[in-house]
Amino acid sequence: MSTILAEPQPPKDQDRPPLKKKDIAADHPTWCPGCGDFSVLAFYFKLIEKKNLWQEKITTVAGIGCSSRFPYFVQGHGVHFIHGRALPFATGISLTRPDLHLFVFSGDGDAFSIGGNHLNHAARKNVNLTYVIMDNQVYGLTKKQTSPTSPLGFKSKTDMWGSVDRPINPMKQLIGAGATFIARTTATNPKHLMAAMEAALDHNGFSVIECLSECTEFFAGAFDATNPRKGGDFMEVPKDHDVTNESAAYKLAEDSFPGYFGTFYDVETPTKNEKEAEIIEKLQSKVQGMKDWEILKSNFDKMK
Amino acid sequence: MSESSISESSSEAGPQSSTVSDIVIRFAGNSQDGIQSIGGFLARLAGRSEQEVMTFMTIPATISGGPSIFQVRMGSGEVLSAGDEADVLVAFYDHSYANHIGSLKKGGILLYDSDHVEPDETKAGEYHHIGIPISSRTIEAIGGTARDKGKNIFTLGLIAKMFDLDIEKLERLITERFGNKSASILETAMSAFHAGYSFSVENLLKVFRLEPGKAKDQDQVVMTGNEALGYGIIAAGVRFGAGYPITPWSDIMELLRRELPKYGGSFIQCEDELAAVSMAIGAGYAGRVSITGSSGPGIALKSEAVGWAVMAEIPLIVIDVQRGGPSTGLPTNVEQSDLNIAIYGGHGDSPRVVMAPATVEDCFHTAIEAVNIARKYSVPVYILSDQAIATRIEAFPEPDLEKICQDISPDLSPVETHKPYDLSTPDGLTQHRPPGTWIMDGKYPIATGLEHDEYGRPTGNPKYHIEMTAKRRNKLRALAQSLPKPTIYGPPEGHILLVGWGSTLGPIREAVDKARAAGDSISAIHIRHINPLPPGIDDIMARFHHVLVVELNDEGLYGYGQLASLLRTRFADPKIRSITKTDGLTYKITEILDNVKDFLELEAAKN
Ligand SMILES: Cc1ncc(C[n+]2csc(CCOP(=O)(O)OP(=O)(O)O)c2C)c(N)n1
Ligand code: SF4
Ligand SMILES: [Mg+2]
Repeated sequence: MSTILAEPQPPKDQDRPPLKKKDIAADHPTWCPGCGDFSVLAFYFKLIEKKNLWQEKITTVAGIGCSSRFPYFVQGHGVHFIHGRALPFATGISLTRPDLHLFVFSGDGDAFSIGGNHLNHAARKNVNLTYVIMDNQVYGLTKKQTSPTSPLGFKSKTDMWGSVDRPINPMKQLIGAGATFIARTTATNPKHLMAAMEAALDHNGFSVIECLSECTEFFAGAFDATNPRKGGDFMEVPKDHDVTNESAAYKLAEDSFPGYFGTFYDVETPTKNEKEAEIIEKLQSKVQGMKDWEILKSNFDKMK
Repeated sequence: MSESSISESSSEAGPQSSTVSDIVIRFAGNSQDGIQSIGGFLARLAGRSEQEVMTFMTIPATISGGPSIFQVRMGSGEVLSAGDEADVLVAFYDHSYANHIGSLKKGGILLYDSDHVEPDETKAGEYHHIGIPISSRTIEAIGGTARDKGKNIFTLGLIAKMFDLDIEKLERLITERFGNKSASILETAMSAFHAGYSFSVENLLKVFRLEPGKAKDQDQVVMTGNEALGYGIIAAGVRFGAGYPITPWSDIMELLRRELPKYGGSFIQCEDELAAVSMAIGAGYAGRVSITGSSGPGIALKSEAVGWAVMAEIPLIVIDVQRGGPSTGLPTNVEQSDLNIAIYGGHGDSPRVVMAPATVEDCFHTAIEAVNIARKYSVPVYILSDQAIATRIEAFPEPDLEKICQDISPDLSPVETHKPYDLSTPDGLTQHRPPGTWIMDGKYPIATGLEHDEYGRPTGNPKYHIEMTAKRRNKLRALAQSLPKPTIYGPPEGHILLVGWGSTLGPIREAVDKARAAGDSISAIHIRHINPLPPGIDDIMARFHHVLVVELNDEGLYGYGQLASLLRTRFADPKIRSITKTDGLTYKITEILDNVKDFLELEAAKN
C-alpha cells in the first residue's frame, strides 16, 4: 500500500554544522531603502538559524506584491505564486507533505483583498502552516493604490480625494474566520516580531501574524503612532488577556489602530491535516494488506 | 431493432418470439422514478452477457427531479452509439409520451403506464400501443408507500419478459444492488421485479430474443465515463486532488473524495475553483502530480493558475467535463465547445497539452496517459471529456490492473546540484525537484510565474524570455513527435474523410459504416491528442478529396468549428470544412449523413 508521504533523506543534523545566515540568504532584496519588509526577512533568517530549520524542512511561499518577493531572498525551496492564492497553494503542500513546515508571506492586498476568501477558508480548515501578512496599508508593488487596510481619507492614486471605503479590521477578520493562532506585531520592534514568529512556528494549525511593515515609498509614517521612537505608543496585549477566549480577543481588536500588539488568540483544535489523516487511517484499515491494484480491483469487481 | 434472422416461433402459450441483433429502448419519465437505474441494470446485464451495450441519458437541470430519459442499446455485434431511434419507448407520463414519441421508430412499440398516459389513438396504426397500469400494479405488488421507488424495478421485470432476458443474472444484479440494504428493501425490489415479469403480457405481440453474440474471453466492467476517468486517475497513481462542485464534473470529485483515502490520499473540496487549481498545483509542486477539474465556468476560473503551472513547469491534470456554454449555458447538455479555452485559455504564450477520450474505456486509459505526459513534460494536461461520455454507461474488458496501476510517489533523494530550468537539456525537458530535497551545493530552486533564469530567479533579460519561451514550446514539439499517427477507420484513401474528436466517435463510425454499405467512399479519423496534434494527419488528408470535421460546437464567425479551425491553422488546407451543431444533443447517424450529403450537393452545384 503506498502512502501519500515519501521520506526525505537529508543527512543527520549532528553531522552538519549549524545553519548560518550565509547559507540561507539568497539574492540581496530589491526592496526600497527603509522598507519594513527587510526587518521581517531578517527575523525569518534568525528564526531559521535559531531553530536549525534546514532547507529540506521548510518551504517559503508567497503571492504577489513587494512583500511577496520574499522567497527570492531566501536560499531554500521557495515559491512565488500568483496574486492572492498563496494560501491554497501552500495548503496543497501542507496536506501532502507533513514533513515540511510552511511559511507563507503576503501583503495586505494579497491577503485581504484578492485572497480574502482563501484566508477565511484556510483559517476555518485550520491548515497547518504559518501565514505572515506584511501590512503596509497600501499597494506597494503597483505604486500606491488604496488597499483594504488603508485608513479612511488615505490619498492614493485611486482615491485622490482620500479613500472612502471603511478599512477592514484584520484582527476581527481573522478571529471571525476561525484562525487558531492570531498575533499582531510590527517590523519596528525586533524582539516582539521574533517572539511572534517563534510562537507561530510552534503552533500546531493555522497560525497567522499581521505584521505592520511600513512602505517608506508610498505610505511613509503610516505606523508612527505605534512606534515609541517616533513619539507613538506601543501597546502590548494586556498580561491578563486570556488567549483562549474568543470574545476577549474580539474585544481587544475593537480599537484597530494603533491597537494592541501580541497574541490575541491561541487555541488547539484538530488541524485539517489531522482530520484528513484520520479519514485515511479509517479507510485504510478496511483495505489492510491489499496492494493498490487490489483495492481498485475490488471496486471493478462490483461493476461487473 | 434489426430483425436479421426472423425465426418466428410460437411457444405453446403466449406471444410469438423473434430473434433480433440489436435493440434500443428509451425510458422516459421523471428522474425520481429511478429510470437511470433500470438502464444501469440492463447495461450491467449486457456486460455480463455476450452483448455489447451503450447508453445515453439526460439528467434534469432542476434539483428534485424533472423529466429525464435513459436510453439503452444492446446488441450482439459492435455497438458504437446509443442509437438514433428507439425500438421501444417506455413512457411513464403524458409529458414523456409527448416529448419522446418522435424518437420512436415507425412500427416501434410504445409501452406506456396506462395510469398516467393517454396515447393519441389515431397513431395506433404507426406504433404498437401497449398500455400497462404500471403504477397501480406496482402498488398492488409492494404496497402503497414505496410506489415511486418500485415502478422502475417493475418495469425492468416487464422488459425482462419482453426481451427474454437472463432472469437469473438480473436477480443476481438486484441482489447485489439491494442486498446490503435491509432485507425488506431487497424483498420489495424482488417482489416488484417478479410482478413485472409475470404480469400478463398477452397483449404483447411478441417477445424478442437477442442473437447470441461473440463470447467475451475477458471479464467486462460496466461504468460511466466519469467513473472511468476517476478510476483511471487512481490507477495512474494520483493521490491528491482538489475541486469545487459543478455538474457534470462533480461525480468525479465525489468518487475521488470517497476512494482516495483508501490509497493514502485525499481529495479536498475547496472554496472555489481558484483555490482548487492552486491547491492541486501546490501538491504537484510538492511532488505529487495532482488533479483538479470542473466544467465550463470553473474551467474559466482556473486559467490564471494554469498559466503559472506552464511558466513554472509544474505537472497538473485538469479534467474538463464539457457542457453547453458560454456562462452557465446548458448545464446538463453536451457540447464540445471548450477546445479553444483548453488550448488557448491563458494569457501569454502558454502551451499546454490537451487530450480528448473517445469512449468510456478510453477515459480510463487517457487518464493514465495524461498523468504520464504531465510528469514527463512537466506541464499541465487538460482532459476534455463531455456530458455525453461522462454520464453514459459502457461495458469494456477489465484492464489488467496489476500491470497498469502505477506508483508515482515523490522522489526526495538528495541531489548534488539542481537547475530546475536547465536550458541545455535535450528538447527542453526538465524535472522539478520537490521541496524536502536536500540539494548539496546549497543552491535551491524557486518555482515562479515571473520569467526566470535556470534557477528560477526572476529576470527581464530578453535572452531568457526568448530561450525559456522556446523551451516551453519545444518540449511539446518533442511530445508531438512521440505521438501515434491517427488510425484510419475505413480505406486509407477516398472521397470523404470525416474527422472527429471526443464522444462523437460512435456516431461517426456508424455513419461511415452506413454510407459505405450504400456504396459511398468515406473514411474517418478520430483525434485523441488535440494539442499538440500527432504527426501524419496531413498525409492522411492528402489522400481524400474532402475533409469534414464533425464536432458539437458552433461554426463561429468564420464558418468553422473549433477543431476545424485548429486544423486549418495547422495545415492551411482549404479543403478542411466543418460540420457542427449546437442543439445540446449527441449526433445522430442520420444527421452526420445528411450534412455530408448537403455538403456534396453544394460542392456539385459549384462545379
Ligand atoms: C490577478 C492580478 N491582479 C493584479 C495584479 C497586480 N498586482 C500585483 S501586486 C498588487 C497589490 C500588491 O499589494 P499588497 O498585496 O498589499 O503587497 P505590497 O506590494 O504592498 O507588499 C497588485 C494589484 C496581479 N499581479 N495579478
Ligand atoms: S514600494 Fe513600499 S513596500 Fe514596496 S519595496 Fe518600496 S517601500 Fe517596500
Ligand atoms: Mg500592501
